[in-house]
Formats: sequence, structure tokens, C-alpha cells
Amino acid sequence: MPNQESRDNPAFRMSRRKMMKGAAAVLGALALPEREAPASVWESFFQKHFREMSKPELEKVLARLEKEYSEKYRKAVKVRATPPVEGVLYGYGLDLSRCIGCRRCVYACVQENNPSRDPQIHYIRVLQLNKERGVDLEDAEHYYNPSKVPEKGHFYMPVQCHQCENPPCTKVCPVQATWKERDGIVVVDYNWCIGCRYCMAACPYGARHFNWKKPGLPAAEMNPETHYLGNRPRPVGVVEKCTYCIQRVRNTPGRYTACVEICPVGARKFGNLLDPESEIRYIIENKRVFILKEDLNTRPKFYYFYAT
Amino acid sequence: MNREHSRHRLVPGIAVLAACLVAGVASSAPLQEKGKAAKPYVAHAQEKQFAVPTPPFTPGIFPCSECHKEMKSNPTRRELKEEHTNIVLNHAQGQRWCLDCHDISNRDKLRLVSGEKIGFDESFRLCGQCHGDKFRDWKVGVHGKRTGMWNGEKQYLLCVHCHNPHDPGFKPLAPMPPPTRPENVK
Repeated sequence: MPNQESRDNPAFRMSRRKMMKGAAAVLGALALPEREAPASVWESFFQKHFREMSKPELEKVLARLEKEYSEKYRKAVKVRATPPVEGVLYGYGLDLSRCIGCRRCVYACVQENNPSRDPQIHYIRVLQLNKERGVDLEDAEHYYNPSKVPEKGHFYMPVQCHQCENPPCTKVCPVQATWKERDGIVVVDYNWCIGCRYCMAACPYGARHFNWKKPGLPAAEMNPETHYLGNRPRPVGVVEKCTYCIQRVRNTPGRYTACVEICPVGARKFGNLLDPESEIRYIIENKRVFILKEDLNTRPKFYYFYAT
Repeated sequence: MNREHSRHRLVPGIAVLAACLVAGVASSAPLQEKGKAAKPYVAHAQEKQFAVPTPPFTPGIFPCSECHKEMKSNPTRRELKEEHTNIVLNHAQGQRWCLDCHDISNRDKLRLVSGEKIGFDESFRLCGQCHGDKFRDWKVGVHGKRTGMWNGEKQYLLCVHCHNPHDPGFKPLAPMPPPTRPENVK
């Protein structure tokens, strides 16, 4: 019987091990980009971790991204990877006795940082709290929408990334796609993030946001001045967060963050914690300051204070 | 024996400590004086370096002298019935009126309690006469708002950019839209 013979032939015998090997190879091949995929897809596939790239490698990556984004958004997009300014540790102050909860900061941040408009991603969440209960987060409301703010008996507390000195989010990342930079800013490499969202679970401030869908960013609203670790357009399936406007502040001289610039009551303060002459140092030394969820030992560099 | 030994050691120790203290006090005194000499306190020189944008005048109202130079000054406290009727003073109204802050002889200037005349771009000095704590905070960038560069040139908004000097309470604003509720996300 020829059938029986061929089955007994060792060359044709399918062992369990062989079958598994074959299946793994096929699955692996499916995960690779298609053969017709443009060269840039292959390049991003083999791109190294941000901190392991040499300067020429990084420059090549930035040039590739600039080309990709410029084509997609039909304008000259600049992607920089400006390193930290030496001798700087960024700190942020927010005056709770001034904030009126007008949400101007939320939308100034959206304009600056190129997050998805639809589905909506906001880096800043403004909590409305009860004056009688104080900072009681269980009593907070962030969908408030009266005709005028501030409302009687309430105060407002915007929450965004606190750029912790001891960040719980970076510790849980299984692929080290997020880390704290030398100037204290916690960043994400969107090309390295695998979208597991462990960091979101670890963050006690709800400061990280996930791109569940392909980000909806209209070309007309896209801010072309970008930073690799900051506001460059994000792909679907990665986590993003506030970076203290890394594309603005990492310059000498560097602009204030978008939220500081827009605040109509001047409740937001920003500066260098290592500079004794900075306004943030004055606040910490002279005002009533507190940090949110101090008991978690995250050591935020985001200081709430009362100027009066 | 042992104790005596340690006492012998203690005495020179105290002497050294005392010497250090004296030296410290002596050295810090000239340091302080040096600091004072280098930075004499001149109120105006210190305060003039604030770069401020143009004061928010009502369009067409400045210079005030355009109308006022033709008019005879009337220093009597009274209710204005013909001009400036839109100004409602809601700022310690029982205790002051126009000419406490606006100079009577030069209407393009403001007037400090000392009699010194200052420009409208220096109005923070006028406000600072009463609101010293806010003035102090404003000078270091804590009260009010600075724009520009966090590590470079900054602009200071004047008090009057946010507070109407005649009615300084901050007016409520309409909030921007709230975030989408999870149940409305498609």
C-alpha cells in the first residue's frame, strides 16, 4: 500500500514537535510587516530603544518620522529630541486659592500636545470639590458644567501628571518604554510601548491615557513643533501623558508650558527646583504647600499651594 | 583618672568652639555690609525693571490730557454726572475718589500717596501701597501671571490686566466644555 508506505517514511512523518515549530514560524511570519510595506515600516520595526540609539541612528529615526508626519498632515512637521537642560529639575505649582475651574488649561494643552480629539484624550482633569469637605477626592466631580465658574461653595483642583521623583508607573513597565528623564520629566517612547497599560493601573493620579482607537487628530489642528518623547503624533495602542510640554520647556530660553501660558487667573507656576531664585522655590519656601497622596511616597514634583 | 583626662580634653575643645563662633560672627558682619553696599535699596530702580505690556485702556481714552487740558480742575469730591458715568467705583468707595489715584495737575499720570507721579505702566506701585502682601508675591512671580520664557525674558501682567481698578473683584467666567462621559464614548 503506497499510502501506508509514505506515512511510514520518516521524511514525511509529522511529529508534534515539528508541527509546533512550523506553526510558530507561520505565526511569526504573519506578525512581520507585509512584503510590500514601505521601507519606513521595516525601519520602525527594527528601531532600537530610544536610550540605546546612537546619535546618527536617532537622527535617522527623527528624519524618518518627520517625513512620515509631514506627508500625513501635509505640513512641515519638526520632530526634535532635545536633551535635558543641565542643572534643571522641573517643578510645578498650582494655586488652589486662585483656580476658578474654567478649563482653559485643558484645551490649551490639547492644542499644544496633539492628543486624539475623537476619541477624546485630556491630560488635565479639573476636579470640582466642596469647600466644606476640603480635598476629599471621593467627593470630586469633573463633569461640572454651570454657566459661570467659580460656583459658590466650591473650589477647583486640576490634576495632571505629577512627574513623580519615585514614579510607580515606570517601575511596572515590562519593556521599559517609559522612564524618568534627568530633568525629572516622565516620558514614553511610543515606538517601544506595547500597550499593556500596566502603567495606567499603577498611576495613582489617573494621569496616563490610552489610545484605544487610531487617534483622531485633524491635520489643521496638528501642532508641527514636536518632540520625540512628547507631542509627536501617536499610533493606536500606546499610552501617553503630560510631559510638562517637553517640546517647549527643554530650551534655553524655553517657553512656559501651554497651561501656564493660558491660565486667566495666574494660578499655574512653573520653574526650576534647583534654582533658588525661581518662583517655584519661593512658593515651596513661603507658602502653604501640599502634594497629592503624599502617603504613597511617589514624591510628586507638582505642588498645590495656597497663596493666601 | 579617666574622667579628669576627659575634662582636660574638654577645655581646649570649648576654646576652639568659642574661637570659631567669634570668627564666624566677625566674618559674617563684613559680608553683610558688602551685600548692602553692592545692592542699595532704591525703590524705583528695583521696580522699574518689570517689563509689562501696555495697560488695558478703554479705546480712545488715553491720553487723558487730550480732553482735560481744556478743562478747569475741580478738586471737590462729587458724583460725576457728565463724563465717566460708566465707572462705578466698587473699591473702598467710601474712602476715596478719582483724585486720590489720578493726578490733578497731570491727568496722564497716577499719583502715589507720597505725591510722586507715576506712569500708568507702573500702576503696580500704586496698588502696592495698600496691597503690600500681593505686591510682594507679584514681584516674585507668585501672584498674577508671567508669560514668556521660564528661564529667560518674562513679561509681567499689570494688576489692572486682571482686576478692573475701579471694581477689582475677579469676574466669573464661562467654563470650557466638560470631558465626554464614558457612556457617551462610541
